[in-house]
Amino acid sequence: MSGIPHDHYEPGSNGEKWLHKRLPIVGLLYDTIMIPTPKNLNWMWIWGIVLTFCLVLQIITGVVLVMHYTPHVDMAFASVEHIMRNVNGGHMLRYLHQNGASLFFVAVYAHILRGLYYGSYKAPREITWIIGMLIYLLMMGTAFMGYVLPWGQMSFWGATVITGLFGAIPFVGDALQTWLLGGPAVDNATLNRFFSLHYLLPFVIAGLVVVHIWAFHTTGNNNPTGVEVRRGSKEEAEKDTLPFWPYFVIKDLFALAVILAVFWAVVGFMPNYLGHPDNYIEANPLVTPAHIVPEWYFLPFYAILRAFDTDVWIVIAADFLTAGIIDAKFFGVLAMFGAIVVMALAPWLDTSSVRSGRYRPMFKWWFWLFVVNFFVLMWVGAMPAEGIYPYIALIGSTYWFAYFLVILPLLGVIEKPDPQPETIEEDFDAHYGKAGDATPAE
Amino acid sequence: MIKQLTIGAITALALTAGSAFAAGKSGHVEDFDFSFEGPFGTFDQNQLQRGLQIYTEVCAACHGLQYVPLRTLADEGGPNLPMDQVRAYAADTFEVFDPALDDFRSATPNDHFPMSGLENAPDLSLMAKARAGFHGPYGLGLNQLFKGMGGPEYIASLLTEYTGEEKEEAGVILYENKSFPGGWIAMAPPLFDDQIEFADGHPSTVHSMSEDVAAFLMWTAEPKMMARKQAGFVGVVFLTILSVLLYLTNKRIWAPVKGKKSS
Repeated sequence: MSGIPHDHYEPGSNGEKWLHKRLPIVGLLYDTIMIPTPKNLNWMWIWGIVLTFCLVLQIITGVVLVMHYTPHVDMAFASVEHIMRNVNGGHMLRYLHQNGASLFFVAVYAHILRGLYYGSYKAPREITWIIGMLIYLLMMGTAFMGYVLPWGQMSFWGATVITGLFGAIPFVGDALQTWLLGGPAVDNATLNRFFSLHYLLPFVIAGLVVVHIWAFHTTGNNNPTGVEVRRGSKEEAEKDTLPFWPYFVIKDLFALAVILAVFWAVVGFMPNYLGHPDNYIEANPLVTPAHIVPEWYFLPFYAILRAFDTDVWIVIAADFLTAGIIDAKFFGVLAMFGAIVVMALAPWLDTSSVRSGRYRPMFKWWFWLFVVNFFVLMWVGAMPAEGIYPYIALIGSTYWFAYFLVILPLLGVIEKPDPQPETIEEDFDAHYGKAGDATPAE
Repeated sequence: MIKQLTIGAITALALTAGSAFAAGKSGHVEDFDFSFEGPFGTFDQNQLQRGLQIYTEVCAACHGLQYVPLRTLADEGGPNLPMDQVRAYAADTFEVFDPALDDFRSATPNDHFPMSGLENAPDLSLMAKARAGFHGPYGLGLNQLFKGMGGPEYIASLLTEYTGEEKEEAGVILYENKSFPGGWIAMAPPLFDDQIEFADGHPSTVHSMSEDVAAFLMWTAEPKMMARKQAGFVGVVFLTILSVLLYLTNKRIWAPVKGKKSS
């Protein structure tokens, strides 16, 4: 499967040979688990295993929660309270599932930012990146629909606001929104279809995860230097790599255990900290909450959605040029989805021949500004759209697009990269010294 | 890079408690010192029992607790009343409509507390979690994180912060309350000093009763809190041990590959 030369599975016993001839499944597993992995991977390469764990955790806790949950507008809220009070261990299951979504997004954001810094999206890993973006989109859809299921106030009003985005699409918007909701407003039909999709999509994600892993097992992992593994011969490749098992499995499991200790503390001691208190009030279509705020992981995009209001000149220009087809509301929707589209296009927007940000002196600054900007957008997304906050949101949104559409293409032309190491081995030995070498290496 | 991103991830967690920031202009909320705050905080069972008495004698006239099964009053992590007492309390206090009999009968421990008797009086089962919305300053959630400010603080403040002013608006009498968002609430001041006689002779000032009933409502909102914190503690200890073992394993495995670390 991998392009890096390495030892393959040889069936030993007669039984193994018999099976291997008919179904080479042991060989497939062997090649997957023994894949040569760049030995200089740092601690930012652990998020993949955290994400895999999250997917499994959410599916297992979710399947059990479904056994006790009732997807009906009159009973959903009470059935969640039934889980919290009467089901054995139900309160832990539900809090694990609820906070598991937050851990999932913490991990996916770290994973994406790692990819952006070390240029993991660049050739030949564009497919891995695109599949990853699809997974991320599906995660957002799944999380959003899951948040509707407890049928609290924020569930209901969040669903109303977000499905309203589709209503902003010109000409077909209203019809599309009605079709999505299964009626003129968020109601039982909406709850039922969201429940169905919330159960389905994680399995689609699981399928895409397999493709994601398949893709990067074909190209090999990126690494902090961005320098490719030497592939001339098995011996050469072995100087740059170590097998995934046991070196990286144990390393990843250690990182996972540390992260889970923190996660467990959040679940045990402050499980509602990241949630919204209004969701402990049953949905009421007649009472609108003072501020409708999405879950924290949507806030940066919520800020971008709200940033482009009718006062912004580019919105006015778009409105004028399209004769009102693109109004402020639709512009906001386009901006929100566009923010993810430009990120998905990063492999083609980044013109630099150097992969890793480690050797890009100017890029580094813009990248960290991008990270700070991400958190500023997250914060401003939670604030009411009044006073100074819309301006901050507008500046932050502008920088988001400028980073992908202007800065990444330009930097490749004007930046003078630092020298890169020749090989991964050289980078590794510079950090840790040669194996068995008592004297410090230079 | 790693360190910075890790810090970033943690900051993300802290920052985004802002999602919890939504209650409009909130009033003044006093930071009460409840026994159940912090990772090791537990419910004070005497306080919960006093709170139950206040709820029964005062609040229950208008407010329901429809999600709370009466039998849970006997739970160890809750008021921990003897089952006989719960049975007697249920039978003496509440009547429920039984569709099988097509008639009312006295409640049993398997029934829930009733729904609100007054139409515009909200159900109180989850109020202590639903009113945990002042995550200031600037929506950063620090008050909740460091001071343990939450819904019970709001409930207790609401009961103590009546100013005594009244006004009539559209035929409804509103009472001024410094904790209530907007400043005017339709609920008349429900508590006054020496209103209730507790079996243990505990004083019943407005302030102490507010605290007691807020603690009781925290229990109705989060009845498994003590079990949850215990599971949290055990889990963190085991995961920490596992982390140490995996750290040592990892170090051992990588030792032959890594030479001496250069400076």
